[in-house]
Amino acid sequence: MKILVIEDDREAADYLKNALSEAGHTADIARDGDSGFSMAETGSYDIYVIDRMLPRRDGLSIIAELRGTGNDTPALILSALGEVDDRVTGLRAGGDDYLTKPYAFSELLARIEVLKRRAGAKEIETVYQVGDLELDRLSHAVRRAGQEIVLQPREFRLLEYMMRHAGQVVTRTMLLENVWDYHFDPQTNVIDVHISRLRGKIEKGFDKPLLHTVRGAGYMLKD
Amino acid sequence: MARLVAIMKTTAARLSALYLILFAVCATFLVIYMTSLSARMLAVQTRDTINEEVRGLDRAYQRGGLPFLVRVIESRARQPGANLYLLADTNGRILSGNVESLQPGILDVVGWTERPFTYSRFGEAETRLSAGRPPPHEAMALVFRLPNQIIVLVGRDLGEPEQFRRVMQRALVVTLAIMCLGALLIWYFVGRRALKRIDRVSAASRRIMAGDLTRRLPVSGAGDEFDRLSENLNKMLDRIAALNEGLRQVSDNIAHDLKTPLTRLRNRAEAALAGNPKASGYREALERNIAESDQLIRTFNAILMISRLEAGYSAEAVSAIDLRAIVADVVELYEPAAEEQGVTLEAVLNGPVKLQGNRELIGQALSNIVDNAIKYSAGATGAPCVGVALETAAGGEVRLTVSDNGPGVPSQDRERVTERFVRLEESRTQPGSGLGLSLAKAVMTFHGGHLAFADNDPGLAVTMVFPASAQA
Repeated sequence: MKILVIEDDREAADYLKNALSEAGHTADIARDGDSGFSMAETGSYDIYVIDRMLPRRDGLSIIAELRGTGNDTPALILSALGEVDDRVTGLRAGGDDYLTKPYAFSELLARIEVLKRRAGAKEIETVYQVGDLELDRLSHAVRRAGQEIVLQPREFRLLEYMMRHAGQVVTRTMLLENVWDYHFDPQTNVIDVHISRLRGKIEKGFDKPLLHTVRGAGYMLKD
Repeated sequence: MARLVAIMKTTAARLSALYLILFAVCATFLVIYMTSLSARMLAVQTRDTINEEVRGLDRAYQRGGLPFLVRVIESRARQPGANLYLLADTNGRILSGNVESLQPGILDVVGWTERPFTYSRFGEAETRLSAGRPPPHEAMALVFRLPNQIIVLVGRDLGEPEQFRRVMQRALVVTLAIMCLGALLIWYFVGRRALKRIDRVSAASRRIMAGDLTRRLPVSGAGDEFDRLSENLNKMLDRIAALNEGLRQVSDNIAHDLKTPLTRLRNRAEAALAGNPKASGYREALERNIAESDQLIRTFNAILMISRLEAGYSAEAVSAIDLRAIVADVVELYEPAAEEQGVTLEAVLNGPVKLQGNRELIGQALSNIVDNAIKYSAGATGAPCVGVALETAAGGEVRLTVSDNGPGVPSQDRERVTERFVRLEESRTQPGSGLGLSLAKAVMTFHGGHLAFADNDPGLAVTMVFPASAQA
């Protein structure tokens, strides 16, 4: 994946470039708002990672102008401001996701992968399938190897999200944001317990585990 | 001089000057108008008097001819303050009367003299010699000819209207002078008083700027606009001081409580480097360091959030929300975790409770409280149980209570638990930043409510109290 990182802090930018290339992506770095905007306009990237506070030009105006020219490449905003209203302004300006500094690289990577996938998926499927696990979004039915699994509404949404992003790492914060629609950081392992409950329901009696824990990052649903 | 300039610059002085000019213009206009009006009236009066005289003389002439007329004139002319009388022949030679000389040419035109003329009376020649040259008198007169061509002049001295004008002029000058003086006095005292108070305020604010944040602006107690201004500024200063104090506390606490985990991070990294160079050891140290950093980040975010809440959050962050839905969300979120720890989490919820608030903030505050309750109810003697109850009190107050049956908090410590980083001794062993309740308190303050603590006997009951005014 080709990623444009607009970040003025040299060390942070270099770290991102290395870490992203280790994860198999190529990253270009812009160190201020102006050059970042022209690189975004001329180059072809899969994702923009844009710091909100940049020299010369702020991140939000870059995104707003790119959107104005019809460029809808997914943009992830990095910001030291993490409050609710800042997040809302960020997303309103045309950002696709918002990550507060300091962040864990695994979190950033997981979100980038998800954004990329979201941009690629033109239509949302009605039936998700991972291995022998099947989820029908319309009838709200979940089956594994043809066997019906009864889920609570929240468990269903949790599984739905995991299946939509099958093969990708989803972090606990992403789950809280997308399944519960809260953006705060749960103090304890609440999400883990939900996951282990879900795991119990979809894996009990089956040999092959589907819901994997990714250490230091989150979870992944894969065959 | 500088002081005078300063006074001149005050609003009071400017207003005084403006009023002074305004009044002076009005007074001058009034005096001029009255003077001209009176002068005209006096002129009319003069003519009437002269006409009356002329009719009298005419009657005397009809009765006794020229000799009688001359006698009448002689007797009238001798009276003190008499009018002017003059009889002259066709050559202009003065035959009788009390006029010794007059401006030439006056006797040639019959009828009213067109403008005042100068003359002098009999017996003034000597006075003129002894007293230098007094200004000649001015008069108005009616000139006519008798059938025998004798010229008769009857006039009236204009000294009186002249004097009147002078009196009016003097009155005007005196009035203006008094007005100027009064304005100056008012200006000086009012302006100086205002100036003094402003000076005091300026001096106080300079001292505050210099760093003495405990100082407040003087309030005289007069309740005027200066006092109101000072009071408002003082309130503002109180708020700034409170924020400042909060900031200071935060930095102290950051220094104190963040240094510990940072030291642990460093020590662990050092120990890993110095110890057995095995990949598994490094890995473990790094993983523990990441976990510790995450906790640090969490703490840091909480501190920032509390500070921002206390500094005042944007009003945009508030919208109509259903508190019941938030409670249901949070209970649902924590239920599995509670169950795993053997804690029963029960919620008593009735119909929707509409509030003006911020869903995220309330959700976070409630989850902090529930999280605490689950943690502490684990120490219960009986079956651990956490209850969440949402009720609307009679006055419209909305009360959201989270109660546990854990060891509880001694009443003397209850207020302290919301202080930043305060973790009661018993809880030191529990994980957590010690900021959960501080954040909840800040969230409640932001919503105009507060956090109440009560004894659940056993255990603690924490109530989020939303004011009736928050209801949507």
